[in-house]
Amino acid sequence: MTLPVDAVEALEAFQAVGSWEQRARMLMQWGERLPALADEDKVDANLVQGCESLVWLVGRLENGHWQFAASSDARMIRGLVALLLARVNGLSTAELQGVDLSDWFNQLGLSRQLSPSRSNGLNAVLQRMRTLSQTQN
Amino acid sequence: MLVPSPWRADFPAIATLQRQDQTYLDNAATTQKPQALLDAISHYYANGAANVHRAQHLPGAHATQAFEDSRSKVAQWLNAGDSGQIVFTHGATSALNLLAYGLEHLFTTGDEIVISALEHHANLLPWQQLAKRRGLELVVLPLNADGVIDVEAAVGLIGPRTRLLAVSQLSNVLGAWQPLETLLAMARTHGALTVVDGAQGIVHGRHDVQALGCDFYAFSSHKLYGPDGVGVLFGRNDALHHLRHWQLGGEMVQHADYHSASFRPAPLGFEAGTPPIAGVIGLGATLDYLSSLDPQAVLAHEAALHDYLLRGLKARNGVRVLGSPQVALVSFVVDGIHNADLAHLLTEQGIAVRAGHHCAMPLLKAMHLSGAIRVSLALYNDSDDLERFFEALDQALDMLR
Repeated sequence: MTLPVDAVEALEAFQAVGSWEQRARMLMQWGERLPALADEDKVDANLVQGCESLVWLVGRLENGHWQFAASSDARMIRGLVALLLARVNGLSTAELQGVDLSDWFNQLGLSRQLSPSRSNGLNAVLQRMRTLSQTQN
Repeated sequence: MLVPSPWRADFPAIATLQRQDQTYLDNAATTQKPQALLDAISHYYANGAANVHRAQHLPGAHATQAFEDSRSKVAQWLNAGDSGQIVFTHGATSALNLLAYGLEHLFTTGDEIVISALEHHANLLPWQQLAKRRGLELVVLPLNADGVIDVEAAVGLIGPRTRLLAVSQLSNVLGAWQPLETLLAMARTHGALTVVDGAQGIVHGRHDVQALGCDFYAFSSHKLYGPDGVGVLFGRNDALHHLRHWQLGGEMVQHADYHSASFRPAPLGFEAGTPPIAGVIGLGATLDYLSSLDPQAVLAHEAALHDYLLRGLKARNGVRVLGSPQVALVSFVVDGIHNADLAHLLTEQGIAVRAGHHCAMPLLKAMHLSGAIRVSLALYNDSDDLERFFEALDQALDMLR
Protein backbone atom coordinates (compact mmCIF):
# COMPACT_ATOMS: atom_id res chain seq x y z
CA MET A 1 0.00 0.00 0.00
CA THR A 2 1.48 3.38 -0.88
CA LEU A 3 1.35 6.13 1.68
CA PRO A 4 -0.78 9.22 1.08
CA VAL A 5 1.29 12.30 0.17
CA ASP A 6 0.64 14.00 3.53
CA ALA A 7 1.73 10.87 5.36
CA VAL A 8 5.02 10.73 3.48
CA GLU A 9 5.63 14.34 4.43
CA ALA A 10 4.79 13.68 8.09
CA LEU A 11 7.05 10.66 8.23
CA GLU A 12 9.99 12.53 6.75
CA ALA A 13 9.47 15.47 9.09
CA PHE A 14 9.09 13.46 12.29
CA GLN A 15 11.85 10.99 11.53
CA ALA A 16 14.24 13.90 11.17
CA VAL A 17 13.64 15.37 14.63
CA GLY A 18 16.19 14.78 17.34
CA SER A 19 14.82 16.24 20.53
CA TRP A 20 11.50 16.18 22.37
CA GLU A 21 11.26 19.96 21.96
CA GLN A 22 11.50 19.70 18.19
CA ARG A 23 8.93 16.91 18.17
CA ALA A 24 6.52 18.89 20.35
CA ARG A 25 6.95 22.02 18.22
CA MET A 26 6.38 20.02 15.06
CA LEU A 27 3.27 18.48 16.59
CA MET A 28 1.89 21.94 17.26
CA GLN A 29 2.70 23.03 13.70
CA TRP A 30 0.82 20.06 12.29
CA GLY A 31 -2.10 20.89 14.56
CA GLU A 32 -2.21 24.40 13.14
CA ARG A 33 -2.39 23.00 9.60
CA LEU A 34 -5.56 21.09 10.43
CA PRO A 35 -8.38 22.73 8.42
CA ALA A 36 -10.99 24.42 10.59
CA LEU A 37 -13.95 22.24 11.39
CA ALA A 38 -17.33 23.67 10.35
CA ASP A 39 -19.34 24.98 13.28
CA GLU A 40 -22.25 22.67 12.50
CA ASP A 41 -19.86 19.74 13.01
CA LYS A 42 -18.74 21.01 16.43
CA VAL A 43 -21.71 19.47 18.21
CA ASP A 44 -21.94 17.07 21.11
CA ALA A 45 -22.84 14.19 18.81
CA ASN A 46 -19.38 14.47 17.24
CA LEU A 47 -17.47 14.80 20.51
CA VAL A 48 -15.06 11.99 21.27
CA GLN A 49 -15.65 10.75 24.80
CA GLY A 50 -12.64 9.94 26.94
CA CYS A 51 -10.38 12.87 26.16
CA GLU A 52 -8.95 15.42 28.57
CA SER A 53 -9.77 18.05 25.99
CA LEU A 54 -12.66 18.54 23.58
CA VAL A 55 -12.10 16.59 20.39
CA TRP A 56 -14.64 16.48 17.57
CA LEU A 57 -14.34 13.94 14.80
CA VAL A 58 -16.48 13.49 11.71
CA GLY A 59 -15.94 11.12 8.83
CA ARG A 60 -17.65 10.68 5.47
CA LEU A 61 -17.22 8.21 2.67
CA GLU A 62 -16.95 10.21 -0.57
CA ASN A 63 -16.78 8.27 -3.84
CA GLY A 64 -15.37 5.30 -1.99
CA HIS A 65 -12.74 7.31 -0.10
CA TRP A 66 -12.79 8.28 3.54
CA GLN A 67 -12.55 11.96 4.46
CA PHE A 68 -12.21 12.64 8.15
CA ALA A 69 -12.19 16.10 9.71
CA ALA A 70 -11.47 16.97 13.32
CA SER A 71 -10.75 19.72 15.77
CA SER A 72 -9.74 20.16 19.38
CA ASP A 73 -9.36 22.96 21.89
CA ALA A 74 -5.95 21.58 22.90
CA ARG A 75 -2.94 21.89 20.62
CA MET A 76 -1.05 18.66 21.20
CA ILE A 77 -4.01 16.40 20.58
CA ARG A 78 -4.86 18.54 17.52
CA GLY A 79 -1.39 17.75 16.19
CA LEU A 80 -1.80 14.05 16.91
CA VAL A 81 -5.17 14.04 15.16
CA ALA A 82 -3.67 15.89 12.18
CA LEU A 83 -1.06 13.14 11.88
CA LEU A 84 -3.79 10.54 12.08
CA LEU A 85 -5.80 12.21 9.33
CA ALA A 86 -2.68 12.53 7.18
CA ARG A 87 -2.44 8.75 7.26
CA VAL A 88 -6.09 7.78 6.74
CA ASN A 89 -7.74 10.44 4.60
CA GLY A 90 -8.40 9.28 1.08
CA LEU A 91 -8.27 5.58 1.92
CA SER A 92 -10.96 3.11 0.89
CA THR A 93 -12.78 1.20 3.61
CA ALA A 94 -10.70 -1.89 2.95
CA GLU A 95 -7.48 0.13 3.08
CA LEU A 96 -8.57 1.86 6.27
CA GLN A 97 -9.21 -1.47 7.94
CA GLY A 98 -5.77 -2.65 6.93
CA VAL A 99 -3.86 0.29 8.39
CA ASP A 100 -1.81 -0.45 11.50
CA LEU A 101 -2.20 2.86 13.29
CA SER A 102 -0.09 2.01 16.31
CA ASP A 103 2.71 1.20 13.88
CA TRP A 104 2.09 4.54 12.21
CA PHE A 105 2.54 6.49 15.43
CA ASN A 106 5.49 4.28 16.28
CA GLN A 107 7.17 5.27 13.01
CA LEU A 108 6.59 8.90 13.87
CA GLY A 109 8.30 8.41 17.23
CA LEU A 110 5.02 9.00 19.05
CA SER A 111 4.18 5.50 20.24
CA ARG A 112 4.01 6.62 23.88
CA GLN A 113 0.98 8.73 23.02
CA LEU A 114 -0.92 5.48 22.53
CA SER A 115 0.01 3.79 25.79
CA PRO A 116 -3.09 2.66 27.72
CA SER A 117 -2.45 5.02 30.61
CA ARG A 118 -2.46 8.05 28.36
CA SER A 119 -5.63 9.99 28.85
CA ASN A 120 -4.87 12.48 26.09
CA GLY A 121 -7.56 10.87 24.03
CA LEU A 122 -5.68 9.56 21.00
CA ASN A 123 -6.86 6.04 21.79
CA ALA A 124 -10.42 7.29 22.08
CA VAL A 125 -10.08 9.09 18.74
CA LEU A 126 -8.89 5.89 17.05
CA GLN A 127 -11.78 3.97 18.57
CA ARG A 128 -14.24 6.58 17.37
CA MET A 129 -12.79 6.47 13.87
CA ARG A 130 -13.19 2.69 13.74
CA THR A 131 -16.81 2.99 14.87
CA LEU A 132 -17.52 5.65 12.24
CA SER A 133 -15.96 3.59 9.48
CA GLN A 134 -17.93 0.51 10.47
CA THR A 135 -21.34 2.15 10.78
CA GLN A 136 -21.08 3.92 7.42
CA ASN A 137 -19.64 0.92 5.65
CA MET B 1 19.51 22.64 48.75
CA LEU B 2 16.91 24.85 50.39
CA VAL B 3 14.52 22.12 51.52
CA PRO B 4 16.20 18.70 51.67
CA SER B 5 14.28 15.63 52.81
CA PRO B 6 16.00 13.54 55.48
CA TRP B 7 13.66 10.63 54.65
CA ARG B 8 14.27 10.41 50.91
CA ALA B 9 16.61 7.41 51.11
CA ASP B 10 14.00 5.44 53.08
CA PHE B 11 11.96 5.16 49.86
CA PRO B 12 13.96 3.11 47.33
CA ALA B 13 11.67 3.88 44.40
CA ILE B 14 12.61 7.55 44.49
CA ALA B 15 16.21 6.79 43.48
CA THR B 16 14.99 4.43 40.75
CA LEU B 17 12.60 7.02 39.39
CA GLN B 18 15.36 9.60 39.45
CA ARG B 19 17.60 7.32 37.37
CA GLN B 20 14.76 7.24 34.85
CA ASP B 21 14.68 11.06 34.92
CA GLN B 22 11.29 11.01 36.57
CA THR B 23 10.30 13.51 39.24
CA TYR B 24 7.35 12.13 41.15
CA LEU B 25 4.91 14.83 42.23
CA ASP B 26 1.63 12.92 42.02
CA ASN B 27 1.52 11.88 45.66
CA ALA B 28 -2.14 12.71 46.24
CA ALA B 29 -2.89 9.91 43.75
CA THR B 30 -0.59 7.38 45.38
CA THR B 31 2.72 7.38 47.22
CA GLN B 32 6.02 5.54 46.99
CA LYS B 33 6.68 2.97 49.70
CA PRO B 34 9.27 2.84 52.50
CA GLN B 35 11.82 0.01 52.61
CA ALA B 36 10.22 -1.12 55.89
CA LEU B 37 7.04 -2.00 54.01
CA LEU B 38 8.90 -3.86 51.26
CA ASP B 39 10.73 -5.85 53.92
CA ALA B 40 7.55 -6.71 55.81
CA ILE B 41 5.70 -8.00 52.74
CA SER B 42 8.73 -9.91 51.57
CA HIS B 43 9.15 -11.40 55.05
CA TYR B 44 5.51 -12.47 55.20
CA TYR B 45 5.58 -14.23 51.84
CA ALA B 46 9.03 -15.70 52.38
CA ASN B 47 8.17 -17.11 55.79
CA GLY B 48 4.83 -18.72 55.14
CA ALA B 49 1.59 -17.20 53.94
CA ALA B 50 -1.60 -18.38 55.62
CA ASN B 51 -5.20 -17.33 55.87
CA VAL B 52 -6.35 -15.40 58.91
CA HIS B 53 -9.01 -16.20 61.50
CA ARG B 54 -9.55 -19.72 60.18
CA ALA B 55 -6.89 -22.30 60.81
CA GLN B 56 -5.36 -23.59 64.02
CA HIS B 57 -2.00 -24.35 62.40
CA LEU B 58 1.10 -22.33 63.23
CA PRO B 59 1.39 -20.35 59.96
CA GLY B 60 -2.26 -19.38 60.39
CA ALA B 61 -1.62 -18.26 63.94
CA HIS B 62 1.37 -16.16 62.86
CA ALA B 63 -0.52 -14.52 60.02
CA THR B 64 -3.52 -13.81 62.23
CA GLN B 65 -1.27 -12.32 64.91
CA ALA B 66 0.48 -10.04 62.43
CA PHE B 67 -2.85 -9.08 60.84
CA GLU B 68 -4.41 -8.21 64.20
CA ASP B 69 -1.25 -6.34 65.27
CA SER B 70 -1.79 -4.10 62.24
CA ARG B 71 -5.35 -3.47 63.36
CA SER B 72 -4.03 -2.29 66.73
CA LYS B 73 -1.44 -0.08 65.06
CA VAL B 74 -4.14 1.57 62.92
CA ALA B 75 -6.31 2.06 66.01
CA GLN B 76 -3.35 3.68 67.74
CA TRP B 77 -2.57 5.86 64.72
CA LEU B 78 -6.13 7.20 64.88
CA ASN B 79 -6.26 7.19 68.66
CA ALA B 80 -9.43 5.12 68.44
CA GLY B 81 -8.97 3.64 71.91
CA ASP B 82 -12.05 1.67 72.97
CA SER B 83 -14.34 4.11 71.22
CA GLY B 84 -14.77 2.00 68.12
CA GLN B 85 -13.46 -0.61 65.73
CA ILE B 86 -11.09 -0.69 62.80
CA VAL B 87 -12.52 -2.51 59.77
CA PHE B 88 -10.18 -3.38 56.92
CA THR B 89 -11.63 -2.83 53.45
CA HIS B 90 -10.04 -2.72 50.01
CA GLY B 91 -9.68 1.05 49.89
CA ALA B 92 -11.37 4.26 50.95
CA THR B 93 -13.81 3.85 48.08
CA SER B 94 -14.91 0.43 49.26
CA ALA B 95 -15.18 1.71 52.84
CA LEU B 96 -17.54 4.49 51.71
CA ASN B 97 -19.54 2.05 49.59
CA LEU B 98 -19.84 -0.26 52.59
CA LEU B 99 -21.37 2.64 54.52
CA ALA B 100 -23.74 3.66 51.73
CA TYR B 101 -25.11 0.10 51.47
CA GLY B 102 -24.83 -0.92 55.11
CA LEU B 103 -26.67 2.18 56.37
CA GLU B 104 -29.28 2.22 53.60
CA HIS B 105 -31.99 0.75 55.85
CA LEU B 106 -31.89 3.87 58.07
CA PHE B 107 -33.21 6.15 55.33
CA THR B 108 -36.75 6.83 54.24
CA THR B 109 -38.09 9.00 51.43
CA GLY B 110 -37.54 12.69 52.07
CA ASP B 111 -34.54 12.25 54.36
CA GLU B 112 -31.49 14.30 53.50
CA ILE B 113 -27.87 13.35 53.01
CA VAL B 114 -25.45 16.27 53.15
CA ILE B 115 -22.15 16.30 51.29
CA SER B 116 -20.02 19.17 50.01
CA ALA B 117 -19.23 20.63 46.61
CA LEU B 118 -15.62 19.46 46.78
CA GLU B 119 -16.15 15.75 47.32
CA HIS B 120 -14.08 13.22 45.45
CA HIS B 121 -16.29 10.89 43.40
CA ALA B 122 -15.71 8.21 46.07
CA ASN B 123 -17.56 10.32 48.63
CA LEU B 124 -20.16 11.59 46.17
CA LEU B 125 -21.35 8.70 44.02
CA PRO B 126 -22.19 6.19 46.81
CA TRP B 127 -24.44 8.83 48.46
CA GLN B 128 -25.84 10.12 45.19
CA GLN B 129 -26.90 6.62 44.18
CA LEU B 130 -28.23 5.83 47.66
CA ALA B 131 -30.34 8.98 47.40
CA LYS B 132 -31.68 7.76 44.05
CA ARG B 133 -32.48 4.29 45.40
CA ARG B 134 -34.33 5.57 48.46
CA GLY B 135 -35.86 8.81 47.18
CA LEU B 136 -33.65 10.99 49.37
CA GLU B 137 -32.49 14.55 48.96
CA LEU B 138 -28.76 14.98 48.34
CA VAL B 139 -27.81 18.38 49.76
CA VAL B 140 -24.52 19.88 48.53
CA LEU B 141 -22.77 22.35 50.83
CA PRO B 142 -21.26 25.26 48.86
CA LEU B 143 -17.67 26.49 49.16
CA ASN B 144 -16.33 29.94 49.90
CA ALA B 145 -13.75 31.66 47.70
CA ASP B 146 -10.89 29.90 49.51
CA GLY B 147 -12.23 26.46 48.64
CA VAL B 148 -13.48 25.82 52.15
CA ILE B 149 -17.00 24.60 52.93
CA ASP B 150 -19.09 27.66 53.73
CA VAL B 151 -20.16 27.12 57.35
CA GLU B 152 -22.68 29.95 57.31
CA ALA B 153 -24.45 28.39 54.38
CA ALA B 154 -24.18 25.02 56.11
CA VAL B 155 -26.20 26.33 59.07
CA GLY B 156 -29.18 26.65 56.75
CA LEU B 157 -28.60 23.35 55.00
CA ILE B 158 -27.90 20.94 57.86
CA GLY B 159 -31.22 20.55 59.62
CA PRO B 160 -33.70 18.20 61.23
CA ARG B 161 -34.12 16.19 58.02
CA THR B 162 -30.38 15.56 57.76
CA ARG B 163 -29.78 11.88 58.48
CA LEU B 164 -26.13 11.78 57.46
CA LEU B 165 -23.27 14.19 56.77
CA ALA B 166 -20.35 12.94 54.64
CA VAL B 167 -17.47 15.35 54.05
CA SER B 168 -13.79 15.34 53.17
CA GLN B 169 -11.23 16.37 55.72
CA LEU B 170 -8.83 17.78 53.13
CA SER B 171 -9.72 18.48 49.50
CA ASN B 172 -7.78 16.49 46.91
CA VAL B 173 -8.07 19.40 44.47
CA LEU B 174 -7.95 22.52 46.65
CA GLY B 175 -5.61 21.38 49.43
CA ALA B 176 -7.69 23.10 52.08
CA TRP B 177 -8.57 21.70 55.50
CA GLN B 178 -12.30 21.63 55.98
CA PRO B 179 -14.10 22.98 59.07
CA LEU B 180 -14.99 19.52 60.37
CA GLU B 181 -15.41 20.52 63.98
CA THR B 182 -18.17 23.00 63.18
CA LEU B 183 -19.87 20.83 60.57
CA LEU B 184 -19.84 17.68 62.70
CA ALA B 185 -21.25 19.62 65.65
CA MET B 186 -24.13 20.86 63.46
CA ALA B 187 -24.84 17.33 62.28
CA ARG B 188 -24.76 15.93 65.83
CA THR B 189 -27.23 18.60 67.00
CA HIS B 190 -29.70 17.15 64.52
CA GLY B 191 -28.89 13.55 65.36
CA ALA B 192 -27.30 12.86 61.99
CA LEU B 193 -24.56 10.30 61.45
CA THR B 194 -21.20 11.72 60.42
CA VAL B 195 -18.75 10.30 57.89
CA VAL B 196 -15.30 11.78 57.27
CA ASP B 197 -13.44 10.97 54.06
CA GLY B 198 -9.89 11.09 55.36
CA ALA B 199 -8.21 9.87 52.17
CA GLN B 200 -6.09 13.03 51.86
CA GLY B 201 -6.22 14.29 55.43
CA ILE B 202 -4.74 11.16 57.01
CA VAL B 203 -1.48 11.70 55.10
CA HIS B 204 -0.73 15.05 56.70
CA GLY B 205 -0.36 15.33 60.44
CA ARG B 206 -1.96 13.05 63.01
CA HIS B 207 -5.69 12.88 63.49
CA ASP B 208 -7.61 11.76 66.55
CA VAL B 209 -10.99 10.25 65.76
CA GLN B 210 -12.14 10.63 69.35
CA ALA B 211 -11.33 14.34 69.37
CA LEU B 212 -12.89 14.69 65.93
CA GLY B 213 -16.04 13.00 67.18
CA CYS B 214 -17.05 11.52 63.86
CA ASP B 215 -19.06 8.30 63.59
CA PHE B 216 -17.01 6.96 60.70
CA TYR B 217 -13.59 7.81 59.27
CA ALA B 218 -12.33 6.23 56.04
CA PHE B 219 -8.94 6.25 54.34
CA SER B 220 -6.77 4.31 51.91
CA SER B 221 -3.47 2.73 52.90
CA HIS B 222 -1.75 3.48 49.59
CA LYS B 223 -1.91 7.25 49.98
CA LEU B 224 -0.33 6.91 53.42
CA TYR B 225 2.83 5.21 52.08
CA GLY B 226 1.21 1.79 52.58
CA PRO B 227 0.27 -0.96 50.11
CA ASP B 228 -2.65 -0.57 47.74
CA GLY B 229 -5.71 -2.79 48.01
CA VAL B 230 -6.18 -1.92 51.68
CA GLY B 231 -8.61 0.57 53.14
CA VAL B 232 -9.49 1.45 56.68
CA LEU B 233 -12.88 2.23 58.10
CA PHE B 234 -13.04 3.41 61.68
CA GLY B 235 -16.52 3.17 63.13
CA ARG B 236 -17.62 4.39 66.54
CA ASN B 237 -19.22 1.57 68.55
CA ASP B 238 -22.67 3.20 68.68
CA ALA B 239 -22.61 3.93 64.97
CA LEU B 240 -21.42 0.45 64.02
CA HIS B 241 -24.62 -0.96 65.54
CA HIS B 242 -26.51 0.67 62.66
CA LEU B 243 -24.31 -0.85 59.99
CA ARG B 244 -25.83 -3.90 58.31
CA HIS B 245 -23.71 -6.61 56.79
CA TRP B 246 -23.08 -5.94 53.14
CA GLN B 247 -20.68 -8.29 51.39
CA LEU B 248 -21.24 -11.84 52.52
CA GLY B 249 -19.13 -14.97 52.64
CA GLY B 250 -16.02 -16.29 54.33
CA GLU B 251 -15.29 -15.86 57.99
CA MET B 252 -17.75 -13.03 58.48
CA VAL B 253 -20.34 -15.73 59.14
CA GLN B 254 -21.17 -16.99 62.63
CA HIS B 255 -23.60 -19.77 61.70
CA ALA B 256 -24.88 -20.77 58.30
CA ASP B 257 -27.34 -23.33 57.03
CA TYR B 258 -28.98 -23.55 53.64
CA HIS B 259 -31.78 -21.12 54.39
CA SER B 260 -30.46 -18.74 57.01
CA ALA B 261 -27.29 -17.36 58.49
CA SER B 262 -26.07 -15.12 61.25
CA PHE B 263 -23.07 -12.85 61.01
CA ARG B 264 -20.28 -11.69 63.22
CA PRO B 265 -20.16 -8.17 64.63
CA ALA B 266 -17.55 -5.58 63.62
CA PRO B 267 -14.82 -5.75 62.63
CA LEU B 268 -14.75 -9.31 61.25
CA GLY B 269 -18.39 -9.22 60.17
CA PHE B 270 -17.53 -6.56 57.63
CA GLU B 271 -14.45 -8.28 56.25
CA ALA B 272 -16.02 -10.82 53.89
CA GLY B 273 -13.76 -13.19 52.01
CA THR B 274 -10.03 -13.38 52.46
CA PRO B 275 -8.80 -9.93 53.39
CA PRO B 276 -5.67 -8.40 51.81
CA ILE B 277 -3.45 -10.06 54.43
CA ALA B 278 0.00 -9.09 53.13
CA GLY B 279 -1.23 -5.56 52.48
CA VAL B 280 -2.60 -5.18 56.00
CA ILE B 281 0.68 -6.48 57.46
CA GLY B 282 2.51 -4.05 55.17
CA LEU B 283 0.38 -1.17 56.38
CA GLY B 284 1.36 -2.08 59.94
CA ALA B 285 5.03 -1.88 58.96
CA THR B 286 4.46 1.48 57.29
CA LEU B 287 2.80 2.83 60.43
CA ASP B 288 5.76 1.58 62.51
CA TYR B 289 8.05 3.45 60.14
CA LEU B 290 5.94 6.63 60.22
CA SER B 291 5.69 6.44 64.01
CA SER B 292 9.47 6.43 64.20
CA LEU B 293 9.68 9.85 62.50
CA ASP B 294 9.65 13.13 64.37
CA PRO B 295 6.11 14.39 63.65
CA GLN B 296 7.08 18.04 64.07
CA ALA B 297 9.95 17.62 61.61
CA VAL B 298 7.62 16.01 59.06
CA LEU B 299 5.03 18.77 59.44
CA ALA B 300 7.69 21.47 59.16
CA HIS B 301 9.14 19.83 56.05
CA GLU B 302 5.75 19.53 54.38
CA ALA B 303 4.94 23.14 55.20
CA ALA B 304 8.28 24.42 53.86
CA LEU B 305 7.90 22.42 50.67
CA HIS B 306 4.32 23.57 50.15
CA ASP B 307 5.33 27.17 50.70
CA TYR B 308 8.15 26.76 48.16
CA LEU B 309 5.72 25.31 45.62
CA LEU B 310 3.07 27.95 46.16
CA ARG B 311 5.53 30.86 45.98
CA GLY B 312 7.12 29.49 42.84
CA LEU B 313 3.80 29.10 41.10
CA LYS B 314 2.50 32.50 42.14
CA ALA B 315 5.69 34.13 40.88
CA ARG B 316 4.92 32.95 37.36
CA ASN B 317 2.91 35.01 34.92
CA GLY B 318 -0.56 33.81 34.11
CA VAL B 319 -0.59 31.01 36.66
CA ARG B 320 -3.88 30.85 38.56
CA VAL B 321 -3.93 28.74 41.73
CA LEU B 322 -7.24 27.06 42.57
CA GLY B 323 -8.54 28.15 45.98
CA SER B 324 -6.11 28.84 48.83
CA PRO B 325 -4.22 25.58 49.34
CA GLN B 326 -2.81 25.13 52.85
CA VAL B 327 -0.94 21.86 52.61
CA ALA B 328 0.03 18.89 50.48
CA LEU B 329 -0.84 20.07 47.01
CA VAL B 330 -1.51 22.94 44.67
CA SER B 331 -3.80 22.80 41.66
CA PHE B 332 -3.45 25.46 39.01
CA VAL B 333 -4.33 26.55 35.52
CA VAL B 334 -2.50 28.93 33.20
CA ASP B 335 -4.44 31.63 31.38
CA GLY B 336 -4.77 30.91 27.69
CA ILE B 337 -3.17 27.47 27.92
CA HIS B 338 -4.99 24.16 27.89
CA ASN B 339 -4.09 21.97 30.86
CA ALA B 340 -3.81 18.97 28.54
CA ASP B 341 -1.09 20.73 26.52
CA LEU B 342 0.80 21.67 29.66
CA ALA B 343 0.48 18.12 30.98
CA HIS B 344 1.80 16.77 27.69
CA LEU B 345 4.94 18.91 27.82
CA LEU B 346 5.54 18.25 31.53
CA THR B 347 5.30 14.51 30.86
CA GLU B 348 7.81 14.86 28.03
CA GLN B 349 10.20 16.33 30.59
CA GLY B 350 9.75 13.59 33.15
CA ILE B 351 7.54 15.50 35.54
CA ALA B 352 4.89 13.22 37.03
CA VAL B 353 1.96 15.42 37.94
CA ARG B 354 -1.73 14.95 37.45
CA ALA B 355 -3.85 16.76 34.89
CA GLY B 356 -7.58 16.69 34.42
CA HIS B 357 -10.56 16.65 36.73
CA HIS B 358 -8.99 14.75 39.68
CA CYS B 359 -12.09 12.60 40.22
CA ALA B 360 -14.03 15.69 41.19
CA MET B 361 -15.81 16.54 37.92
CA PRO B 362 -18.66 18.55 39.50
CA LEU B 363 -16.18 20.75 41.39
CA LEU B 364 -14.16 21.55 38.27
CA LYS B 365 -17.39 22.16 36.34
CA ALA B 366 -18.58 24.56 39.04
CA MET B 367 -15.28 26.44 38.71
CA HIS B 368 -15.83 26.57 34.92
CA LEU B 369 -12.65 24.63 34.31
CA SER B 370 -12.18 21.67 32.00
CA GLY B 371 -9.29 20.56 34.16
CA ALA B 372 -6.26 21.65 36.11
CA ILE B 373 -2.71 20.55 36.82
CA ARG B 374 -2.11 19.25 40.33
CA VAL B 375 1.31 19.07 41.96
CA SER B 376 1.14 17.01 45.14
CA LEU B 377 3.89 16.48 47.70
CA ALA B 378 5.14 13.75 49.99
CA LEU B 379 7.66 13.68 52.81
CA TYR B 380 10.38 12.34 50.48
CA ASN B 381 10.11 15.25 48.03
CA ASP B 382 12.64 18.05 48.26
CA SER B 383 13.12 21.49 46.77
CA ASP B 384 15.24 20.04 43.94
CA ASP B 385 12.16 18.13 42.80
CA LEU B 386 10.28 21.40 42.72
CA GLU B 387 13.11 23.17 40.92
CA ARG B 388 12.98 20.50 38.22
CA PHE B 389 9.24 21.01 38.01
CA PHE B 390 9.59 24.80 37.72
CA GLU B 391 12.23 24.48 35.04
CA ALA B 392 10.00 22.13 33.06
CA LEU B 393 7.02 24.41 33.59
CA ASP B 394 8.91 27.44 32.31
CA GLN B 395 10.10 25.50 29.29
CA ALA B 396 6.57 24.27 28.57
CA LEU B 397 5.06 27.73 28.93
CA ASP B 398 7.75 29.14 26.70
CA MET B 399 6.86 26.65 23.99
CA LEU B 400 3.11 27.10 24.32
CA ARG B 401 3.12 30.90 24.29
